[in-house]
Amino acid sequence: MSEILVLVEHVDGEVKKVTLELLTLARSLGSPAAVWAGPGITADAKARLAEYGADKIYVAGSGDVVDHVVAPKAELLAQLVADKSPAAVLVVATAEGKEVAGRLAVKTDSGVITDAVGLREGFVADQSIFGGGVNVQSRVRRGTPIVAVRPNSTAPEAAAGAGAEEEVTVSLSDGARAARIVERVKQEKGARPELTEAAIVVSGGRGVGSAENFAIIEALADSLGGAVGASRAATDAQWYPHQFQVGQTGKTVSPQLYIAAGISGAIQHRAGMQTAKNIVAINKDPEAPIFELADYGVVGDLNQVVPQLTEEINKRK
Amino acid sequence: MNIVVCVKQVPDTATERKLRSDDKTLDRDAVDGVVNELDEYAVEEALKLKEAHGGEVTVLTMGPGKATETIRKALAMGADKAVHLSDDALHGSDALSTSYAMAQALKKIGFDLVILGSESTDARTGVLPAMLAERLGAPQLTLARKVDVNGSSITIERLTDYGYDRVEATLPAVVSVVEKINEPRYPSFKGIMAAKKKPVETLGIADAEIAADQVGLGAAWSEVVEFAPAPPRAVGTIVKDEGDGGAKVAEFLASKKFI
Repeated sequence: MSEILVLVEHVDGEVKKVTLELLTLARSLGSPAAVWAGPGITADAKARLAEYGADKIYVAGSGDVVDHVVAPKAELLAQLVADKSPAAVLVVATAEGKEVAGRLAVKTDSGVITDAVGLREGFVADQSIFGGGVNVQSRVRRGTPIVAVRPNSTAPEAAAGAGAEEEVTVSLSDGARAARIVERVKQEKGARPELTEAAIVVSGGRGVGSAENFAIIEALADSLGGAVGASRAATDAQWYPHQFQVGQTGKTVSPQLYIAAGISGAIQHRAGMQTAKNIVAINKDPEAPIFELADYGVVGDLNQVVPQLTEEINKRK
Repeated sequence: MNIVVCVKQVPDTATERKLRSDDKTLDRDAVDGVVNELDEYAVEEALKLKEAHGGEVTVLTMGPGKATETIRKALAMGADKAVHLSDDALHGSDALSTSYAMAQALKKIGFDLVILGSESTDARTGVLPAMLAERLGAPQLTLARKVDVNGSSITIERLTDYGYDRVEATLPAVVSVVEKINEPRYPSFKGIMAAKKKPVETLGIADAEIAADQVGLGAAWSEVVEFAPAPPRAVGTIVKDEGDGGAKVAEFLASKKFI
């Protein structure tokens, strides 16, 4: 079976859940080969990759690979595409993942598909475009298919692979070292999951009313183990940091559950969350367009409904 | 500093956007075109850098004749001149073709800095800035929420999931910007009048040395096989809060096994 390269997402030596999703998806199309870029791989991480089906684990452990913006990862993958002739390359459809995919496509003269929410035989990808209004099936017709897959597109399922490790030495070009990362500034809010890969997202909008009042959105997110998002109205008002903005000019999320509190549901917002599997809306305006998307909606004051919901969830734990 | 800011005309997202049934590309004629929102931030950043460091701001756009509206807006904001890459042969170009064509035009124009929005609201692939950096062999300074130029060195804050990375490089470079890097100015009346007199050069593919077999729908590296309007979501249950709204949502979440 042909190899399918999967670029591993990892933080502090741990494999992120989205990589397990991509390995699960890759298994249905070929033989998954995990590609670890950067130092810090652990025995646990290798075991995890094998547990979810990685037959091979390519490790490019040089710090150089992650100390420069995007280009080294694209060179690493291009080298593996040349050496191993994989049937496809999968990356996660985050902003950076898509940049890696873009550079790799240029390097390997291959087509690229971004924001796939599904991938089938023949590498036909499902995409949801125009703010969720149109469903598209597309495929690559030149080179090695490069597909950026959205988090939460597949439920991760364990099925052991051989997990054979192979060290990879990548000889970076000078060009790949041109943009140097000199400092990483962490502004994380607590221990919440990352917005784009969280299974549950709770977002607040204009109706939240103030920065302080985002505490009730955070409390609800924490009761569910979810991430916090915000509408553009809320980030414009500086109630919540911009990196948590969900929408057309912010992050796109596709969680199992999306709770929108005090968000009207303009296209700007819908374009970032419409592919969520279950949508709950809480808004005092019964005419708010968000209710057109909602599987369950409450017309009411979020200051009453949200804390009551949080309390109810905590009671049931 | 010679700054080229790339802008794209996109369909107004407030209107209904469609794919054409004949060639499965975006129907650009059926909808109003507006400047891609993130590109307005790019224009603003280019103007601020010019104001701080001197030089010239050139607008580059690729698109059909109608895209001149977008060029005029950027010129009215304060850009000095424009290049309109326009050729029927470019219709249907995917991101790979577009990045190739844009890179060829940029090589012809010459630049110290290329600035553009991090993605467009129509295709939303977010790959073009990285592809341009790759094709131009210039440092990739993308997803910038802050840009500082000091002589020939440039530093940006690159937006990440955990905060930001500080990234350094030497000009020439490719920068993409995210929302909130600045507040784009509105064109003044004076600016709008002045824009009418600013030079706009139109380039065809031969002028920019773009190979015809590398662009357009026929050259696309990927293709739409099928498309259909998304089926409407099943009508949900909407209740009015009678003092038990939170408890009712909890019931719903329990029924779906989230709690």
